[in-house]
Amino acid sequence: MKLSRFCLLFITAVCLALPASAFAKPVTINWWHAMRSARGEVAAKMIADFNASQSDYKVVGTFKGNYDETMNAGVAAFRAKKQPHILQVFEVGTQTMMLSGAVYPVFELMKDAGIEVDWSRYLQAVLSYYMNADGNLMSMPFNSSTPIMYYNVDMFKKAGIAPLSKTEPVTWDELGEITKKLVDAKIAPAGMVTAWQSWTQIENYSAIHNIAFASKANGYKGLDCKLEINNPTVAKHIERLKSWADDKRFMYGGQKYQGPKSEFIAQNAAIYIDSISGIAKLKKAVKDFKWDAAPLPIEAGTKPQNSIIGGASLWVLNGHTKEEYKGAAAFLKFLSSNQMQEYWHKETGYFPITIDAYEDLKSKGYYTANPLQEVGITQLNRAIPTEISRGLRLGYFVQIRNIINEELEMVWNGKKAPQKALDDAVARSNTQLATFAKTYK
Amino acid sequence: MIKRSFFKSRYLPYLLIFPQILVTLTFFYWPAIQGILQSFMLSDPFGRKSTFVWFYNYIELFTDPLYLKSILITFVFSLATAAVSISLGLFIASMANRALKAKALVRTMLIWPYAVAPAISGIMWLFLLHPSYGVVALAIKKWMGIDWNPVLYGSDAMIMIVMASAWKEVSYNFVFFMAGMQAVPKSLIEAAAIDGAGPLRRFWTITFPLLSPTFFFLTVMNIIYSFFETFGIIHTVTQGGPGGSTNILVYKVYQDGFVGLNLGSSAAQSVVLMSLIIIITVLQFKFVEKKVQYSG
Amino acid sequence: MVEKTPILDFFTYAFLMLGILIVGFPIIYSLIAATLPLDEVSRVPMPMIPGDQFLVNMTEAWTRGNLGTQITNSIIMATGITFGKIVVSMIGAFSIVYFDYKFRKLAFASVFCTLMLPVEVRILPTYEMAANVLSPVQTIWDFLHLNGLVSWFTGNDFSLSLNWSLLDSYPGLIFPLIASATCTFLFRQFFLTIPEELCEAAKIDGATPMIFFRKILFPLSKTNIAALVVIEFVYGYNQYLWPLLVTTNTKMTTAVIGLQNLIPQADDLPEWNIALGGALLVMLPPVLVVLFMQRWFVKGLIEKEK
Repeated sequence: MKLSRFCLLFITAVCLALPASAFAKPVTINWWHAMRSARGEVAAKMIADFNASQSDYKVVGTFKGNYDETMNAGVAAFRAKKQPHILQVFEVGTQTMMLSGAVYPVFELMKDAGIEVDWSRYLQAVLSYYMNADGNLMSMPFNSSTPIMYYNVDMFKKAGIAPLSKTEPVTWDELGEITKKLVDAKIAPAGMVTAWQSWTQIENYSAIHNIAFASKANGYKGLDCKLEINNPTVAKHIERLKSWADDKRFMYGGQKYQGPKSEFIAQNAAIYIDSISGIAKLKKAVKDFKWDAAPLPIEAGTKPQNSIIGGASLWVLNGHTKEEYKGAAAFLKFLSSNQMQEYWHKETGYFPITIDAYEDLKSKGYYTANPLQEVGITQLNRAIPTEISRGLRLGYFVQIRNIINEELEMVWNGKKAPQKALDDAVARSNTQLATFAKTYK
Repeated sequence: MIKRSFFKSRYLPYLLIFPQILVTLTFFYWPAIQGILQSFMLSDPFGRKSTFVWFYNYIELFTDPLYLKSILITFVFSLATAAVSISLGLFIASMANRALKAKALVRTMLIWPYAVAPAISGIMWLFLLHPSYGVVALAIKKWMGIDWNPVLYGSDAMIMIVMASAWKEVSYNFVFFMAGMQAVPKSLIEAAAIDGAGPLRRFWTITFPLLSPTFFFLTVMNIIYSFFETFGIIHTVTQGGPGGSTNILVYKVYQDGFVGLNLGSSAAQSVVLMSLIIIITVLQFKFVEKKVQYSG
Repeated sequence: MVEKTPILDFFTYAFLMLGILIVGFPIIYSLIAATLPLDEVSRVPMPMIPGDQFLVNMTEAWTRGNLGTQITNSIIMATGITFGKIVVSMIGAFSIVYFDYKFRKLAFASVFCTLMLPVEVRILPTYEMAANVLSPVQTIWDFLHLNGLVSWFTGNDFSLSLNWSLLDSYPGLIFPLIASATCTFLFRQFFLTIPEELCEAAKIDGATPMIFFRKILFPLSKTNIAALVVIEFVYGYNQYLWPLLVTTNTKMTTAVIGLQNLIPQADDLPEWNIALGGALLVMLPPVLVVLFMQRWFVKGLIEKEK
């Protein structure tokens, strides 16, 4: 048909004419993130540094809200075919992103852009959370944290307890004695308080003791996985915490972190388990007592595995041009440079993801001056991650964490026995997992 | 039916009604149908696949203790809010009704909370009831000896959002009650007074029954308000916590759909909400019809 | 009231004062808090004497919370909704009441159904609709396999992909909220009370329907319109859930949602003086509208019930 041919020609002519003007400008790469205020400023500086370091690409960073708002914006944009190049997604969204069919795996991106990456020079415990079952990296870790244990040094001194080692974890039994001493001598109203109970007391506890959180290698190997947290070891741990709650050695401070943190700051609890991001917060807020940090406790007689991370990673989305992907790859490589890693780590406390950056900082004496910052890294690095300590790959993870939180709360309130709560959590979570699997079949 | 005189025009009526129909079709009916369809499917958030699963989502909903809890919470929350704001509104209106001189001034001073967004009301009450330094919180802790902490205790959080929601609705109820009271014929009141009935008795035997259509109407409006418009309060103040104790139905639709990215379940919840509201509204119409006929 | 009861009167006024105090307390408290410096506002308990930091706090709230952009967005959104709803529903009600045509009853019924289902009930699909307003056309096109038809017809591969996104835009904030037909219903009820004679007289005079609308109906409706302006402006300005979903760009955030950024989180300094100052600024436009147009507003609210 003459008309359609003419239209085709016309459109082609127009299309050819346009990019001619675009060749002179740098290629824009859009990055949507959830880093607000202070962290947002640090990210903005990193973007500015990248843009200043070369003239081919220009990264534009946009703050889209908190983690779920950012993810939603990304999903909606993708459906409207207006997606950014890079999207920051929290760790619980990893499974959804992997199955989305909307992502360009990072290891492929780097290979296709011709950038050589020695993945072995990266902190394996951080990378493994975002690998696929074959060990290839799907998204680039950006802000990763891990939980550690903070304690009130003044209270410990009063009770005659020596400061804890920063590399050798105490055992849970020892912690029980420590908290007993503190509470009995009325030095502390309560012994221990924990933030993010699912992440710290079940997910990390399981990883550190090399116990499976879910079947199929924590979900890495298949969608038809089921939760396994109602195993005897974890059940015993929760029972232990419940018995501690009864004599004030453990105090439940709420599901998130605000409650537990304020209890620690108000000196209502002597020990506080939370992410390494607590370091900066405590530094700002604690004025009237000395505190320090130690690795998470372990069961007596175990050789501990690594702890697992929390935080978010950077995903590259499909639907862009080869030229733009080269820019995205260049930006990700830039972020992995020693200079950027060290800057990010120093300003925010999140881990440097490369071994090179870590060792560089060590040689510069950073950790001698700031021993707190190393506690988390040592805990993360102390063993090579196994199949079940490398992380979790579950669908509807947000809902599952809510379920675990609810069930644990019923244990602390005395409404359910620990084993029953864990059994119920497993049953309810498996329903979620089954629905998720059905959706992606 | 009353005979109405009509204009004759071929195209004009269609042209006039077109914008309304267009907007309604585009942003009401199409999404409503999509929502119902989506509740029968399992979809991935990126829009790649959808599987038809009949009533799977609905069965999951009604066997999920979290959802049943949310239904309970919503009813408790809306009934508590309605009770507090209606009784307070009625009380103030009856007082204002007696204060003949200051009526306009009183109305000015009581009407502006209507203009305040629920989310802002939430912020103000969050400040008042903050466990660390809120002045009302301190009063509760000191004078009632209760360990007040809405961050930790679900019941405290519930009380906080009830207060924030009810406070706002009081002025809405006040306006209606005032108008209703002024519609009560003075002759009736005077006749009762001549018969020796005191002011309190007059209120309960004459005014209150005549106010019952208003009362009923306000109950329904308040319940609908607390079902939906309080989303802003929950999102700003408690985010459904602690432990899901303030997770009302409309908030759960948002949580599961936009945070949990489970589109099918969220759509099913929307359909359930829709049905609940239709039932309540239909009941209201039927009831009010009856009452209107009775008062003749 | 009827008899002279000084004691009861005293109690009446006393309780009235108490009632007004209860209603006004949060705002008075917030006002005082907005005038205090940081160390006094976080003092336990907060002093009840106003300080002198009012302007300082307000300016800080304005700049830090980006309130200028946000309040502008809110006002544009509220005005758009008000104007849109009133115009669309007035002409729609005119059509339903003053013309007799085949689909009249159906049109009214379909419009009436929207009354009881606020946008919160259908957020997800409405959101998807706003993300691509042409999706119904796309769906129908795909459903009828028209791609294949056109391909066959033209001999080339053809694929139509329609996309018109209203996200992060003023139309996206405004249009979906016009879909509720509360105003149409109200105008219909009102038009039904207008005497038949007026319409008859106009017809005898040979007036066209639009002249009748302009010269008679519109002036008569002024009180109703005034009331609806207040109601819809407040409704539009205070929208929370819908703007939350439709806008992710910080330049398009509305004031009520953006206020959240000023609320002190658990880690921040408890700068409630700034947060509450911002809250007062944000609530100002609708409060002013309500206060100035009180009379019509109250009348309109009551009319709504009947």
